Amino acid sequence: MASPEDLTHPALYEARKGVYPKAVNGFFRRFKWAIMAVTLAIYYGTPWIRWDRGPYAPDQAVLVDLANRRFYMFQIEIWPHEFYYVAGLLIMAGIGLFLVTSAVGRAWCGYACPQTVWTDLFQHVDRLVDGDRNAQIRLGNGPWTFEKVAKRGLKYLIYLVIAFWTGGAWIMYFADAPTLTQDFWTGQAAPVAYGTVAVLTATTFILGGFMREQVCIYMCPWPRIQTAMMDEKSLLVTYKDWRGEPRGSVKKAMAHPGAFGDCIDCNQCVAVCPTGIDIRQGPQIGCITCALCIDACDSVMAQVGRPRGLIDYCTLDDAATEMAGGVAPPIRKTLFRPRTLFYFGLWGAIGLAMLFTLGQRTRLDLAVQHERSPLYVQLSDGAIRNNYTLKLRNMELRPRRVEISVSGLPEARLWIDGGSRETARQSLHMPLAPDSVTSARLFVVAPGAGPARQDFTIAVRALDDDPRGDRETIQFDRPGTEP
Amino acid sequence: MADHKRIDEVTGTSTSGHEWDGIEELDTPMPRWWLWSLYATIVWGIAYVILYPAWPMVHGATEGVLGWTSRGQLEAEMRADAARRAPVMNAIAATPIADLPAKPELMQAAVQGGAAAFRVHCVQCHGAGGAGVKTLYPSLTDDDWLWGGDLATIDYTITHGIRNPDHKETRTSLMPAFGRDGILNAAQISDVVSFVRTISRQEKPGASSARGATLFADNCAVCHGAGGEGGRQVGAAKLTDAVWLYGGDRASLTATITQPRNGVMPRWGERLDPVTIKMLAAYVYSLGGGEKPAPAPEGPKADGKP
Repeated sequence: MASPEDLTHPALYEARKGVYPKAVNGFFRRFKWAIMAVTLAIYYGTPWIRWDRGPYAPDQAVLVDLANRRFYMFQIEIWPHEFYYVAGLLIMAGIGLFLVTSAVGRAWCGYACPQTVWTDLFQHVDRLVDGDRNAQIRLGNGPWTFEKVAKRGLKYLIYLVIAFWTGGAWIMYFADAPTLTQDFWTGQAAPVAYGTVAVLTATTFILGGFMREQVCIYMCPWPRIQTAMMDEKSLLVTYKDWRGEPRGSVKKAMAHPGAFGDCIDCNQCVAVCPTGIDIRQGPQIGCITCALCIDACDSVMAQVGRPRGLIDYCTLDDAATEMAGGVAPPIRKTLFRPRTLFYFGLWGAIGLAMLFTLGQRTRLDLAVQHERSPLYVQLSDGAIRNNYTLKLRNMELRPRRVEISVSGLPEARLWIDGGSRETARQSLHMPLAPDSVTSARLFVVAPGAGPARQDFTIAVRALDDDPRGDRETIQFDRPGTEP
Repeated sequence: MADHKRIDEVTGTSTSGHEWDGIEELDTPMPRWWLWSLYATIVWGIAYVILYPAWPMVHGATEGVLGWTSRGQLEAEMRADAARRAPVMNAIAATPIADLPAKPELMQAAVQGGAAAFRVHCVQCHGAGGAGVKTLYPSLTDDDWLWGGDLATIDYTITHGIRNPDHKETRTSLMPAFGRDGILNAAQISDVVSFVRTISRQEKPGASSARGATLFADNCAVCHGAGGEGGRQVGAAKLTDAVWLYGGDRASLTATITQPRNGVMPRWGERLDPVTIKMLAAYVYSLGGGEKPAPAPEGPKADGKP
């Protein structure tokens, strides 16, 4: 930042100002611990959950099997053509963020965002190795003694271990975790696995260890978008300046009763802030609403015997009410308002619709393509043959036997590769391998006399306990259909 | 301009000195990490220029110490792919072609390989999917074959071609130009046409076709058979069915008898390796008209009899 004396040569680039957040305890800190534990446990642990799907599918509960183009999530198996379920999940995630932001402001930023969680984790590492805020500042400004080198080395090593573990956990979602772990350490995993781990280790190390709040302030688009979604009823971490100002120490306040507000200017809210801002300057882009300043201020207020909540979650409306001397309505009234209920309804409706269609989907699917070159084949006895490409999707995890039949085409006979016209009948049976697409060339012969272009139906039906199948209407061409 | 520079009270940042109707511009310094990112890209760029082809010269470009070229990469990929396919290709090479259908996986691989080769070498005449071109090139998808439709026969036809000059093993025959060379006059040709259209059930027998029957027996039956059932040893078309390469109407038949086409096909044995030809045969066989091997070269068709 340019200093006033240096106006003619302002700094072109600004170095990062160190942030050394002080350890704090309180309700929101404990809440953050809990969320960190849950989110990290989900991230690191999920690929190791096993889920028995029988002999024809992997037994990993959550698996994005890119090689085989399958996505497994517990009971649900998604095929590539069902990708709209993933799109639906993404839409739900988007609306979920709208919902959360309109109700509780930047709660995502403050608690659940990976950048926040990992930064929090790395800041705990800082405290573990270097000590709390003051020790960190002292060490940071001090000369490079042996102690400093050793501590820095140890700290970066721990960073690196966490970063590597983070990158390593990511690839487990894309292959069988125990096998991949073994392959990884024996050098037999795919190059892309090592590359991914290397990239994610580097990004975690840099973003979590060094960039930290700069990611939120400079890089992330989400804070900018959020401002468009917040309104006067969204929760913000607010310094209640009408209660706190003018600031003065306890001693001054005792000397001049009534002249000072509740803020004793102890700077604890600034000391604990993980993004290094002063919340007393009002809402700002650097505030991720992690609420650690609330914890800090509450504990100070308790020490000096003043009511808690000088810094607190508060909406702009409530702030205006309180400033005018009124009493703000309870938070649940702000949470349940038409806007949040609408978002919630939309979010829930998409979820229910997806669950419904998931329950209804047929796991046997037929796609037929009429071969166009040639459109029809003249056979020597005057009959006409049309060729079709069948794609039969057996999406169940068991082998099945199905019947292919045609209707709406009189005297039609059909066979597939390996069959012949002599043995052809009006329907045929074929086996389908489990969880796979079977392609077959279907030959359909019908008498030469008939309309030049005729619609008929090809149907597939399973020959087991679940008779549901699929059908498709398609054309049969005879001479005279050429353009 | 520097005169107008000042420190903005709210942000504590210097202004740029520009001012428009009271609106000023903050001269916010770039974060330092942004500068490092720039340096990183410069380092990356220099390394890239050293390692990879980069600077265009009068002839070619700087080569880069890795010696990488896109052509070399393609060659490596082609070699890797050939190595990947080698086991299957060797297995196809080792299997007699008539035994392919008994090995469905090998047959499928052969059909796919043949489809790819067909798109390169054959579609120019026989059309995509072997549909043929009416009045020019035969369809390969139907159940009517001039020279035979079992795997070994197709393989032979592709290898040696049809009516190749100066090639002993090529399939060859010559239908005389009955009209052009004056072997038959116009009325006689018309009678033969009537007879041919009668045996293919397009016309009812009459006086013309009766005269034509005699002419047919004298001039045509030696190749096309007494009843017009065709002769595969000489590639003589079957005349009793519904499939006509050059057309089955009176005008087309008259034209064919007057001056036959005697179509030709290159011999591919000199251009393609035996495995590719085997795969091409498998592909053509799979198009819908493939026949079981006949007990004798001119045996009855296994397919297509009503």
